Amino acid sequence: MNGLTFDIAHLLAGGLVLVSFMMLYQDRLFALINVFALHAIVLALSVAWQAYIQDAHHLYVTAAIALIFKALVIPVGLHRIIHRLGIHRDIETAVGIGPTMLAGIGLVTLSMVLMLRVTPEADPLAREDLAFALSIILLGLLVMVTRRNAVSQVVGFMSLENGLVLAATGAKGMPLVVEISVAFSILIAFIVIGVFLFRIRERFDSVDVGALDDYRGERR
Amino acid sequence: MTGFSFDAVAAILLIPAGAAALLAAMPNYKMTAGLNVAASFLTLLAALSLFVTERPQPGQYLLVDDLNIVFIVLNTFVGFTTSVFSASYIAHELETGRLTAPNLRFYHAMYQVMMFGMNLAFVSNNIGLMWVAVELATLTTVLMVGIYRTHEALEAAWKYFILGSVGIALALFGTILVYMAAQPVVGEGTNAMVWTVLIQQAARFDPALLNVAFVFLLLGYGTKVGLAPLHAWLPDAHAEGPTPISAVLSGLLLNVALYGVLRFKLLLAASPEAIAPGPLMVTMGLTSLIFAAFMLYRRRDIKRLFAYSSIEHMGIIVFAFGMGGPLANFAGLLHMVMHSLTKSAIFFAVGHIAQVKGTQKIADIRGLTESHPGLGWALVIGVVAIAGLPPLGIFMSEFLVVSSTFARHPFLAIPLVFGLLLAFGALLLRLTGVAFGEPRGSTAPVEASYVPMYSHLALVFAAGIYLPAPLVSWFQHVADILG
Repeated sequence: MNGLTFDIAHLLAGGLVLVSFMMLYQDRLFALINVFALHAIVLALSVAWQAYIQDAHHLYVTAAIALIFKALVIPVGLHRIIHRLGIHRDIETAVGIGPTMLAGIGLVTLSMVLMLRVTPEADPLAREDLAFALSIILLGLLVMVTRRNAVSQVVGFMSLENGLVLAATGAKGMPLVVEISVAFSILIAFIVIGVFLFRIRERFDSVDVGALDDYRGERR
Repeated sequence: MTGFSFDAVAAILLIPAGAAALLAAMPNYKMTAGLNVAASFLTLLAALSLFVTERPQPGQYLLVDDLNIVFIVLNTFVGFTTSVFSASYIAHELETGRLTAPNLRFYHAMYQVMMFGMNLAFVSNNIGLMWVAVELATLTTVLMVGIYRTHEALEAAWKYFILGSVGIALALFGTILVYMAAQPVVGEGTNAMVWTVLIQQAARFDPALLNVAFVFLLLGYGTKVGLAPLHAWLPDAHAEGPTPISAVLSGLLLNVALYGVLRFKLLLAASPEAIAPGPLMVTMGLTSLIFAAFMLYRRRDIKRLFAYSSIEHMGIIVFAFGMGGPLANFAGLLHMVMHSLTKSAIFFAVGHIAQVKGTQKIADIRGLTESHPGLGWALVIGVVAIAGLPPLGIFMSEFLVVSSTFARHPFLAIPLVFGLLLAFGALLLRLTGVAFGEPRGSTAPVEASYVPMYSHLALVFAAGIYLPAPLVSWFQHVADILG
């Protein structure tokens, strides 16, 4: 493999992890959504680069979906939802930013150690992509855990799915069925979430999942 | 490949898919309920025909083998009986105004989409396709859990959605890792995702990568099986959704996820250098069993009570499959079938009970055998069965699990028996209050559909007394496949 192509792929995948970190410390909803859009753009570039170096043209479709759908349509939609719900206020993070960042570093270390150790014989590019992808997935989980707001949990989930797309495109020659399914699942997820947000809005005038917690558990 | 045998597989997929489209377009709720039942019945017939027709060659996407036929027949059977129960349950919900006609149209269409997703998951020979199918089935159930739009229903659906999505994401990562392990051996492209190809070549896969993949798959699909500590969605989803959905969640969807775990367990077992999947599954199974057994004591909501009981039983099943070997696998399979039948029968009874009493609180339901003997005794038989008393079917399967454990790892049998006894005590404690004593709450007569619940209970009873020889040899054969 040519050194430069490898480096660019490496740079883009690493950039994606970095943007995931940026999500951890955003304490405003709009900023969080903008960072997510950036995440999707970096993903689109990364996937397009993979398509180019693997000479796999169907991956361009995945890249286009990431760019148009995840970097444009969803962020715009979420902006409008937030406006309509009138929740421009700060995100109430359940955990402070410092501990969150430390946890994030821990998770990235974990995934590097794990994935690089078990894949010594795999293609080096795929191997690093997997390690990065696992980091992004874990960071996405962290975002979901540390936020109490439904919209930011959704954003965390979508960044997690971006990690999955990175893993799927890094695995050489992975059949198209999976890529389409990933793209579709995001679409479906968005519809489902849209339905939910709409209903939650209908009932609570709030999309704070914390408010829902009051109703949890046994009815006595 | 004969033309007819191909039809059977196509039919169990196309009937639900076609019915879903039709149901979405039909406005009249009585007709949709009827069509739902009819479509489910036809799917059951198609599934039964798999036994007699010649099987198609496994293709790149679809597969029929001895293992999944058991799952498909069970799935379509419970799907059919639940649709019968659902028709009478839903009619009552419409009368009381908890659901509206457009809700019902949506509900019935989703029911068939869910059946399609589950059947597809069972017949798929492609691990990517299986993942898509499981996800489809999950998303449709999320929508149905939230259908009442109450605070609790929304919270339950949201929790289910978030935890389910995380689980499914982990499962996809595991699937990608399996592909990565297969790709150097099998080559690029679809073949590296075809299960029948993978299982033949698994011995040459990179064992370290397979190990990591299995951990992700176990966690991912395990979330859907409801294994502790990933079970948090399950009680809420069972308690707040419509009761027919509780019945299919417990009776069917948990099995779909379990089936996924089993397929990958086989893959791992075929690779001599990979870790043994057994101990992981045994640990998760035991944890779920004991945790759920303790949780059973503090339940005050009747649907939640039985949801925790489902976690307990899935724990037992995963434990049995984790133990492995012909006897434990046989017991696990039998237990899975018995649990599906019994638990859905219990939910059928509970659904009608909650409707007539207007509450799900255990404290407000008393003396059912006096006020509503039909429902009360169905519940008594069901709970006695699920608690594992002889002579019903679950006693037999639990006995097999315990005795095979004693024979091989006596120390594991101690926590297993402890958990079983704990759960047994909790269930009987709750049952005495609910079923006997002075009736409390509404004693109005109920228009219930007794046929589905009593036919399930009759099957469980019959299985406890006598298992037909062909069935035993079929199960033994499948248990051997499972290794």
